Amino acid sequence: MKTTMPQTVTPEIPNPPQRLLSYFEDGGQTLGSWLLTTDHKRIGILYLYSILVFFVIAAIAAAMMRMELLTPAGDMVTSQTYNKLFTMHGTLMVWFFLIPSIPSVLGNFLVPLMLGARDLAFPKLNLLSWYLFNLGGLLALYAVAFGGVDTGWTFYEPYSSAFSNSHVVTMIAGVFVAGFSSILTGLNFIVSIHKLRAPGLTWFKLPLFLWSTYATSIILVLATPVLAMTLVLVATEKIWGLGIFDPKLGGDPVLFQHLFWFYSHPAVYVMILPGMGVISELITCFSRKPIFGYHFVAFSSVAIALIGFFVWGHHMFVSSQSVYAGLVFSLLSYLVAVPSAIKVFNWTMTLYRGRIHFDTPMLYALAFIGLFMVGGLTGLFLAALGFDVHVHGTYFVVAHFHYIMVGGMVTAFLGGLHYWWPKITGRLYPENLGRLAALIIFIGFNVTFLPQFVVGYLGMPRRYHAYAPEFQIFNVMSSAGASILGIGYLLPLIYLIWSLKNGKKAPPNPWKATGLEWQTPSPPPKQNFAQTPIVTQKPYQYSPEIEEELIHG
Amino acid sequence: MNFPLFPAQASKVAEQTDYIYWGLLCLSAAVCLIVFVPMVYFLFKYRNGNPADRTPLELPEYKIEVAWTIVPTLIFMCFYVWGSRQYFLIERPPPDAMQINVIGKQWMWKIQHPEGNREINELHVPMGRDVKLMMTSEDVIHSFFLPAFRVKQDVVPGRYTTEWINADKIGTYHLFCSEYCGTSHSLMVGRIIVMSPADYTSWLAKGQPEPSLVQSGESLFRQLGCSGCHMGNSVIRAPPLEGVFGKPVPLNDRTVVQADEGYIRDSILFPAKQIVGGYTNDMPSFTGKVNEEQMLELIAYIKSLETQSPSPEVRP
Repeated sequence: MKTTMPQTVTPEIPNPPQRLLSYFEDGGQTLGSWLLTTDHKRIGILYLYSILVFFVIAAIAAAMMRMELLTPAGDMVTSQTYNKLFTMHGTLMVWFFLIPSIPSVLGNFLVPLMLGARDLAFPKLNLLSWYLFNLGGLLALYAVAFGGVDTGWTFYEPYSSAFSNSHVVTMIAGVFVAGFSSILTGLNFIVSIHKLRAPGLTWFKLPLFLWSTYATSIILVLATPVLAMTLVLVATEKIWGLGIFDPKLGGDPVLFQHLFWFYSHPAVYVMILPGMGVISELITCFSRKPIFGYHFVAFSSVAIALIGFFVWGHHMFVSSQSVYAGLVFSLLSYLVAVPSAIKVFNWTMTLYRGRIHFDTPMLYALAFIGLFMVGGLTGLFLAALGFDVHVHGTYFVVAHFHYIMVGGMVTAFLGGLHYWWPKITGRLYPENLGRLAALIIFIGFNVTFLPQFVVGYLGMPRRYHAYAPEFQIFNVMSSAGASILGIGYLLPLIYLIWSLKNGKKAPPNPWKATGLEWQTPSPPPKQNFAQTPIVTQKPYQYSPEIEEELIHG
Repeated sequence: MNFPLFPAQASKVAEQTDYIYWGLLCLSAAVCLIVFVPMVYFLFKYRNGNPADRTPLELPEYKIEVAWTIVPTLIFMCFYVWGSRQYFLIERPPPDAMQINVIGKQWMWKIQHPEGNREINELHVPMGRDVKLMMTSEDVIHSFFLPAFRVKQDVVPGRYTTEWINADKIGTYHLFCSEYCGTSHSLMVGRIIVMSPADYTSWLAKGQPEPSLVQSGESLFRQLGCSGCHMGNSVIRAPPLEGVFGKPVPLNDRTVVQADEGYIRDSILFPAKQIVGGYTNDMPSFTGKVNEEQMLELIAYIKSLETQSPSPEVRP
């Protein structure tokens, strides 16, 4: 029987060597073997541990907020505590979970494997990134644990420098340091993708995950320094009273917003582009079809990254920036929506005449498309200037970006984690539990965030500790949904850990996928490939006509 | 618990903004249909195990891609124009609107009516009149959000921003601060009370007697010693203020600035920043001597001189 074509030919080896030790076995399991490793796969795992810690802490903050919001009165915690909770939730989730989630965990693990390389271009720099990330994280946790920060994750001026008495400088220092980890990781990926592609692996044979990682890395390298500078300016003003943003000192508070969003809007794309890359891999594999419109999907990632640099002012339509500036930013915001739409159309078209397998990763991919559609379409609402004036700063915005960042990115992260889990760990996860969790997450997510669109349109401002009574029903729904969502996220945490010891051993290519990462044992040997592969085919040479059993059926 | 799906609509602008909302909802529904109907069909028909024709087709890929790039772009542009027109309507107050001043402060809204009435966290307005709010903040950035009118504007320290409404329904509606401003941000809320013009007049009368803003401004103008230089036959040479407001002012550096609220404010606090053409800067800064409320009173007074012609200048 004909089978799916792999992407490579493995050169004939005259004397096949003995079985190579996997990256788990090679080097041993001592603490030093992990903390001093320069193996991109081990560093990926280290990142997974780190971001998990931050995710759990930030999720607990969210849970407490949702409990507080069950009733209109601010009665469970004080206002000050509530403000610290949402600041903690935002800063930790954005900088210490979402931004490193797919790039630093899956990206670290997969980029060299997908390139057919032994490691990233700068393995030591890669380890340094992880240390910087943790140093930044520890500073942030110190700020949270010893007093907290009450500025919101946006650190708006002049509140953050002149009025907040909380640990703003420590938190800023944490984000500043973690930013260097982003820059170094982005740099590492860019250089690796340019220089370390296996023989025959031309740009248009690259898997789409690498295209989106490349686009993401450009943003990380170009935008993060602006954030770093901005945060230094805030700290300078706060510590030495140098007037930059505070009008009392002759500064301009709206300037801060320009600088902050010049980083933070591109950063929003750091929190979705890698997810889109993962989804392209999943959709093709589980519909057994080459992607429809490869070039368009690839270039749409680059287009999003580039246009994404010029839309920051859509966060400031009511900030007192010029109405003409608003016109330009609104136009560009509509334009940046086009490449996202192209991706969704291409994914849908890929399903046509495919052979669709509903394994857990595919369920996550489909959930991603649904949730991302809602997030994207409500983005069109917010880009419409006249309508944005009403919903700006309300729960409508909160719902919108959670649909993109949680409905999109976290769903893609989980989909990718399940898809590559056999490769990463050498074990299979329990499929039925996986499907159940995906379903619970999809339902829980929608119950949590759909009502927030309504309550935002009704006028409930975000960051409100107490709110008007007519908003209660939507908040109760939201809190109920959040508890479903919590269970949904807890399940994979439990069964994935369980599978590490008890899961079935995974074959090298359980999904019969075409990518290079599947042409080597699971888990891969330390040097990834016994022999450098030679790439002869375009990616995703799947054949839907062939009936093939994937590992889970 | 009630289950409202639509906020109260208290102005024509609110109605128009809601049309955009409906338009976007229809667009979203259409896009969802276009994507999800085929998707669900494909998922069902081409599921593994279901016999179906799966032979790959040679589709005109490039044409399809171009089509679904251009068509959404054009549709988006329609919404862009629609949203932008509404934005210009919302952002630009009609020229002859009555003005009410708003001062945001952690965590309350202070309101000054031109007649001298003052209120806190409540804003009384007459129905059917264009009302312009001239807003500033004493401390951090706040945002003056009136959901029933679909308007919102950040209130920024150090500058004046405006917002305008024309209420067409009598009633009481929410006022929220929608830019995070510190501990009691969620308590920085209030009400806007729309009254019939007659009721509004009697409400104003009940709050009297208080000097009007212009009167308070005038007495401040004398107390602070402004009149000594800027008025009548003073010996010290300072630019006269009659008829200045709203006009272009040529400056020493050959630029021209519009004499609006922000210019007057800056000239009082930072006199050296913009020096009127032909003058030197002899004026001390009033930073710390004039609070935001007094500043608005002074501006109201200087504005009231708008229609007067400059008094003959005495040159030493």
